[in-house]
Amino acid sequence: MYDPTVARLTYRALLGRRRALILGALPLLLIVIAVVVRVLVGADDQTAADLLGGLALATMVPIIGVIAGTGAIGPEIDDGSVVYLLSKPLKRPKIIYTKLIVAIGVTMAFSAVPTFVAGLILNGNGQQVAVSYTVAALVASIAYAALFLLLGTVSRHAVVFGLVYALVWEALFGSLVPGARTLSVQQWALAVGHKVTGGELITSDVSLTTATVLLIAVTVLATWYAGQKLRTLTPTGEE
Amino acid sequence: MAVEQTPAQTGAQSRIHNIGYRSYDGQRLGRAYARRSLYSQSLRGSYGLGRSAKSKVLPMLLFAVMCVPAAIMVAVTVATKAKELPVEYTNYAIVMQAVIGLYVASQAPQAVSRDLRFKTVPLYFSRPIETSDYVRAKFAALASALFLITAVPLVVLYGGAMLAKLDFTDQTKGFLQGLVSVALLSLLFAGIGLVISAATPRRGFGIAAVIAVLTISYGAVSTLQAIADAQTMVDGQSSTAAPWIGLFSPITLIDGVQTAFLGATSSYPGGVGPSTGAGVVFLLAVLGLIAGCYGLLMRRYRKVGL
Repeated sequence: MYDPTVARLTYRALLGRRRALILGALPLLLIVIAVVVRVLVGADDQTAADLLGGLALATMVPIIGVIAGTGAIGPEIDDGSVVYLLSKPLKRPKIIYTKLIVAIGVTMAFSAVPTFVAGLILNGNGQQVAVSYTVAALVASIAYAALFLLLGTVSRHAVVFGLVYALVWEALFGSLVPGARTLSVQQWALAVGHKVTGGELITSDVSLTTATVLLIAVTVLATWYAGQKLRTLTPTGEE
Repeated sequence: MAVEQTPAQTGAQSRIHNIGYRSYDGQRLGRAYARRSLYSQSLRGSYGLGRSAKSKVLPMLLFAVMCVPAAIMVAVTVATKAKELPVEYTNYAIVMQAVIGLYVASQAPQAVSRDLRFKTVPLYFSRPIETSDYVRAKFAALASALFLITAVPLVVLYGGAMLAKLDFTDQTKGFLQGLVSVALLSLLFAGIGLVISAATPRRGFGIAAVIAVLTISYGAVSTLQAIADAQTMVDGQSSTAAPWIGLFSPITLIDGVQTAFLGATSSYPGGVGPSTGAGVVFLLAVLGLIAGCYGLLMRRYRKVGL
């Protein structure tokens, strides 16, 4: 289920050359802001929860997820070099699993780890704020990576659709229409984060059972369908 | 034995190769024409005109999403005979910033990344245009496209305000202030979008990078402003730090400029925008950023080989 060569190629496509620096800039910014806030405000649990919830989980994790998830397969399909990969004696789902694992790893490394560090800087994990948001970020990384990897195999405009989902659906509609929050990876992740640590400052609109079931369902279905999609992929040229 | 040929003989023999090529003696349209063509081509391309049906979907959709709320507001104003529009002209772009961000993120890489990826940039420069022409044409095209998507809703609002017989001078003033503000916003966003997407030949990566710069900077700035605002509430004095933080994100920069000079109500937390004095700094920052983006693009395209 895991092919080291495909993993290495995906890893290089995601982090090769200067891309790692750009991906690293976002977490760095979060940590810088955390330091600034700590200096300005001092350790405050509510501020820490607001910052981690608003900036880290709502903005940074989805964006890193979009970059890693679609970046793991999108550019290869885009420039047609995916045929060299597909013509190797490897099962298509295996390619997807490998790419998914790499995408999850990259998303976790660049979003959950900085979230934890920022949480520690902000209030030294008071009321479990840092740990609960880190758990939420870890869970969200898995779902986002699977979802956006699927988008990468389905559409040429995967990045735009991924961003529309993350920013317009989750952030805009989620804040206006309460029903939209049930179908939001962010809320599912918050539910898990809330339950795991029992922190009072991290809340979600979804119950833990719903959240877990939906998270697992989305991840499994997206991965399965991406595998199916790759089996019947027709390489297309640039419009 | 080699026979030494006289030049006259060479000329006589070479006639056999003259198969009637003629030199072009028609009108040469020149550099300005090439620049105009590149401009109109890029502008049409930003709305998917002249491209496949699939690439028309997104820009047109975003354009519709920008205009529909304006139309609804107008309808409500006319129907309820309200005394003023539900939103200020200057505030509309701030409210709809997510859509504008998505538009610039999807169209800026479209304008420059494909030329880089398919290595067609040297072909442009084989025409009588220079680096500055290419950069100017692309910059102007994207800024015009952005101006269209931000100004048309304002026109809709203004038209509706006239239909609803709102105060003419008041509305016209607000409308013109709104136009100036979106013109600045278009230039600024186009510059930022182009600089980022010219750095990478990968379209997808360019889109994500542009949106990351726009949303993360806005998220960071508004979070910090909210915290600074809450802090000053505790201290019981008016906020001084909060407006200055607005310098660090494009949309809050525009917000600051229009609050200081264009009579807008600030969207900053607490509603406290920069004063006129501080507004000068904001305006300088906006103009400096636009000029800086232009300079960076010129530097990027100085090497034609790429």
